[in-house]
Amino acid sequence: MSKPKVAFLLSGGCGGCDMSIVDLSDALVDVIPQLDIVFWAPTVADVKYKDLEAMPDKSIDVGLHSGCIRLDENEHTAKVMRAKCKVLIAYGVCASLGGIQGMANMHLKESLLETAYKYGPSTDNPDGILPQTKCLVDGKYELELPEFIPHIKTLDQVVDVDYYLGGCPPHYTHVAAAVTAILTGKLPAPGSWITNGKAVCDVCKRNPTSNGKERKLISSVKRTTNGSPSSDGCLLEEGYLCLGPISQGDCGGSCPKVNIPCRGCGGPIPGVKDYGMRAISAVAALFEKEELVDQVPSPTKLFNRYSLPGSILGRKIGGFRTCKKLK
Amino acid sequence: MSKWEPRIILIACNWCTYQGADLAGSLRYAYPSTVNIVRVPCSGRFEPEFIATALKEGADGVFVGGCHFGDCHYKEGNYKAIKRFGLLRRVLDELGVEKQRVQLEWIAGSEGKRFSEAMNEFDAAIRAIGPSPYGDNGKGGATCQNQK
Repeated sequence: MSKPKVAFLLSGGCGGCDMSIVDLSDALVDVIPQLDIVFWAPTVADVKYKDLEAMPDKSIDVGLHSGCIRLDENEHTAKVMRAKCKVLIAYGVCASLGGIQGMANMHLKESLLETAYKYGPSTDNPDGILPQTKCLVDGKYELELPEFIPHIKTLDQVVDVDYYLGGCPPHYTHVAAAVTAILTGKLPAPGSWITNGKAVCDVCKRNPTSNGKERKLISSVKRTTNGSPSSDGCLLEEGYLCLGPISQGDCGGSCPKVNIPCRGCGGPIPGVKDYGMRAISAVAALFEKEELVDQVPSPTKLFNRYSLPGSILGRKIGGFRTCKKLK
Repeated sequence: MSKWEPRIILIACNWCTYQGADLAGSLRYAYPSTVNIVRVPCSGRFEPEFIATALKEGADGVFVGGCHFGDCHYKEGNYKAIKRFGLLRRVLDELGVEKQRVQLEWIAGSEGKRFSEAMNEFDAAIRAIGPSPYGDNGKGGATCQNQK
């Protein structure tokens, strides 16, 4: 059998997903000879987008797309990837649900650009110049930049996606499991997440029910900025709003292990359609008193930390405030 | 184009609000035809996803009805519902959905009259604020498709 052809593309992301592949370290040494990596841009291989465009359609066996759709260029490259790949995987939470930058869907395009280019505390832009899609340099060179689209999209809002893989970035053990699944052809039904199906709570050592105790209700809401968990017990019981109950536990519960509440980068456990909405449901039901609801800081950004573009409502629709200079 | 009519979803608990709706019918208390009832076993069964889906699919208002405290058939479903609803409402507020569009009220099986009043009040409130901004893929201006 010939080696499977693989392509990696980084769109609107940070490159952390590419790093998680490199993090396979010695396992990667065994895996690489079994793969024919035809494209890995822009992080690793010296290839250009036009090289991908020149490949025949459906010539690549597995395509991994990391990062969200932020620019019109990302939309274009996502469509090219779809045309060239037999199986397209949304790799990492940005491609799957929008990722951390998905919180930009709570703001207008204009105010995002103005905050970044005009009102930043260290910004020196007296003329108030904002990025343009076209500009003329030295009076003769016309340069083009991709356009910043009004709101972030997930990969599956642009093209059809065969599989999703959560994590910001995916934990390297999970990447190893996913690569093995791809190489041996043991993939789940198309359209599903590649996951072991367990929640973070399921693999978390702090879970009271796996220690033979009964779960207590939340009696106060705490933030990690004002203190740190005092015990080895469940973070939710203590009042730190951990989203472990509904997040995929392929990471092995890395964050709760080091006193950080889960924020759900792994994506939703199977059966959940809208991560943020189900997080509300799971957390609110654990509150001891109704009044605690008002103590949750910035609930939309807390429950949709990684999933706003991929949620049912997807973005903020009204009640925008104008942007002000940061102090 | 026909005149805009609100589309209202009522998520009604089987044991109280749904019985209240039944009683309203028996007693011939009218309530608006814009109200579409979804019967759930308990108000604790309503998921915030239901409301998000309803708004996304073009509902102009969503009303959740359950049993009074202490009356829940499953003992604590309505206590869970009010906490979930409170948190959901804060999220919807941050997303720019007007507070009047989503409401929660306890209506018992014996309160047929209150059921009809509550539906009329809710319908009037939705008519006052107009079509949902999430209707028709967020473009606003949903048209009457009740009979579709």
